[in-house]
Amino acid sequence: MNRVLRCSFVAGVMVSVFSFQSCAQTKNATQKSTSDAAKVSPTEVSMAAGKLVYNQNCLVCHQADGGGVPHLNPPLSQTDYVLGEKARLIGVVLNGLDAHEPINDEVYSNVMPAHNFLTDQQIADVLTFVRNSFENKASAVSVAEVKAERAKKK
Amino acid sequence: MFKKRTSLYATLLISALASVPTNQAVAQMAKDKIADNAVAEPVIKVPANFKTTIVADGLGKARHLTVTDRGDVYVRLAKPVGGGGTVFLRDTDGDGKMDEQKSFGDFGGTGIALGDGYLYTTSSTEIFRYKLNGNQEVIDPNKPERIVTGLTDKGTHASKSVVLDKSGNIYVGIGAPSNACQVKDRTKGSPGMMPCAMLDSVGGIWQFKTNQPDQILKDGVHYATGIRNMVGMDWNGQTNSLFIMQHGRDQLNTLFPDMYTDQQSAVLPAEAMYELKKGANAGWPYTYYDQIQKKKIVAPEYGGDGKKEGSSEYIDPAAAYPGHLAPNGLLFYTGSQFPEKYRNGAFIAFHGSWNRAPEPQAGYFVVFQPFKNGKPSGDWEVFADNFAGMETVMSPGSAMHRPCGLAQGPDGSLYVADDVKGTLYKISYSK
Ligand code: HEC
Repeated sequence: MNRVLRCSFVAGVMVSVFSFQSCAQTKNATQKSTSDAAKVSPTEVSMAAGKLVYNQNCLVCHQADGGGVPHLNPPLSQTDYVLGEKARLIGVVLNGLDAHEPINDEVYSNVMPAHNFLTDQQIADVLTFVRNSFENKASAVSVAEVKAERAKKK
Repeated sequence: MFKKRTSLYATLLISALASVPTNQAVAQMAKDKIADNAVAEPVIKVPANFKTTIVADGLGKARHLTVTDRGDVYVRLAKPVGGGGTVFLRDTDGDGKMDEQKSFGDFGGTGIALGDGYLYTTSSTEIFRYKLNGNQEVIDPNKPERIVTGLTDKGTHASKSVVLDKSGNIYVGIGAPSNACQVKDRTKGSPGMMPCAMLDSVGGIWQFKTNQPDQILKDGVHYATGIRNMVGMDWNGQTNSLFIMQHGRDQLNTLFPDMYTDQQSAVLPAEAMYELKKGANAGWPYTYYDQIQKKKIVAPEYGGDGKKEGSSEYIDPAAAYPGHLAPNGLLFYTGSQFPEKYRNGAFIAFHGSWNRAPEPQAGYFVVFQPFKNGKPSGDWEVFADNFAGMETVMSPGSAMHRPCGLAQGPDGSLYVADDVKGTLYKISYSK
């Protein structure tokens, strides 16, 4: 499988992760047709794009291995937030978190900034990536779910 | 009451004594046991003729510490263990291991200082002192006097380090619960507050009287400002002035990707050593120190572009070190055990970075900074290394040990406390 890269998110016509054909492209795009791309599960597309979002926005605090930083930033591995209710998880990314309540028995002192500058697509991708990395295994997060959460907060 | 804790060495000696009653056998077993431990333990790299021994371990999250004139050690724990936040350690049989351990004070914290017959300890909001007897033992561990109360604790940068001067004052560093005083902390696109109003109560040094109970912030002298966070602090007896190590700001690259590369952001800005005279302003959050350009630079939240020079109203650092290494311990060496070049120079415990990711992390070592006539003079050098137990630390959670506190023993040995496993190292010199 070629590495799949999502094209620019400016193409705002995308409403759900299932319509990725219009936007996904493979490394040697000339040979690869949409029918090829169609075989890519939405999660795989999301995983690749999500990793990029993660590296740019989350890695500095939660680290490359998702292990976090002792006492400062929590791990993203096997936590209730990551594996639990998606609405709450999406809320953490959209609104940040400054609660300092125990996460797997430890308290973390840094703040989680709001990431509402990310697009719905980027948030869906990064959370799908997080929920399926660092020893996590959980369902994908869809753009529609992020959109619903964002609408709620307004 | 003191809480007794069984030390590895005490248990070992007791069980050894029960079965094998000769002193030689006891000594041999103790050696074997320590050798067993040494296999898994990283070997601390120190210069020639220096020797590192582990004098205690498993203490908890050991932060700052102080050593009495008799060589007993008091260690502060970030979190109490068995109800005790301060540990008292003594080597009762002179074998170099702290076989007696007692703990007291049910609050965690970082700061500790010893002076004029008192032991001072801090939580993240208060400063206490315990009266000592002639052997510098705490007389009543249950009845500390509270000398300062109500200091800010908002989670971030909340630990309170303290230093005593020679005139009955105690200095406390109050970190700012913020990275760069943005309206929304660490949030991309959020502007820097102008002015940074929180500086009236955090982001600086406050001076209090050691002998007045229940002082609050406004009873203290606002001694210095414009300091983001400071954990390593010490009083320099030669210059009779306060020196502190600032933790420089984070995330230049994640907040301003157009201005800074990952590589630049990994090493900038400097972790800066400041000598603070009353009234000093070190410039946070408006400027930071760039150790490569050797200039104060306007912070990007305040109109900077990585080059624009900061105002001269802010003091320059006494010395500057690469970014994010997290200087948590500072100690001016006044002993005579170490060679001449170390005298009156500074040891700095760098806790180790996290904000360098995706670049490799750095720090996790103790640095020596030579001084001459009360000023840093010459290049700093890594003095003790390999606390992390690995060549390259990618993620701080994998480091086996992280040096945090420094203290000097009465014989001139250097003590280093680690807050991962609570290991206490003693570094000595002999030709
Ligand atoms: C500036 C550092 C920082 C950045 C950048 C950051 N986080 Fe966090 N994150 C934190 C901190 C600190 C907490 C815990 C806050 C608390 O306990 O109040 C947290 C909490 C979380 C949690 C819930 C707790 C857990 O461990 O499961 C999730 C999920 C999370 N972050 C995901 C992300 C994602 C995804 C990104 C990138 C889009 C990100 N974070 C970026 C610091 C950060």
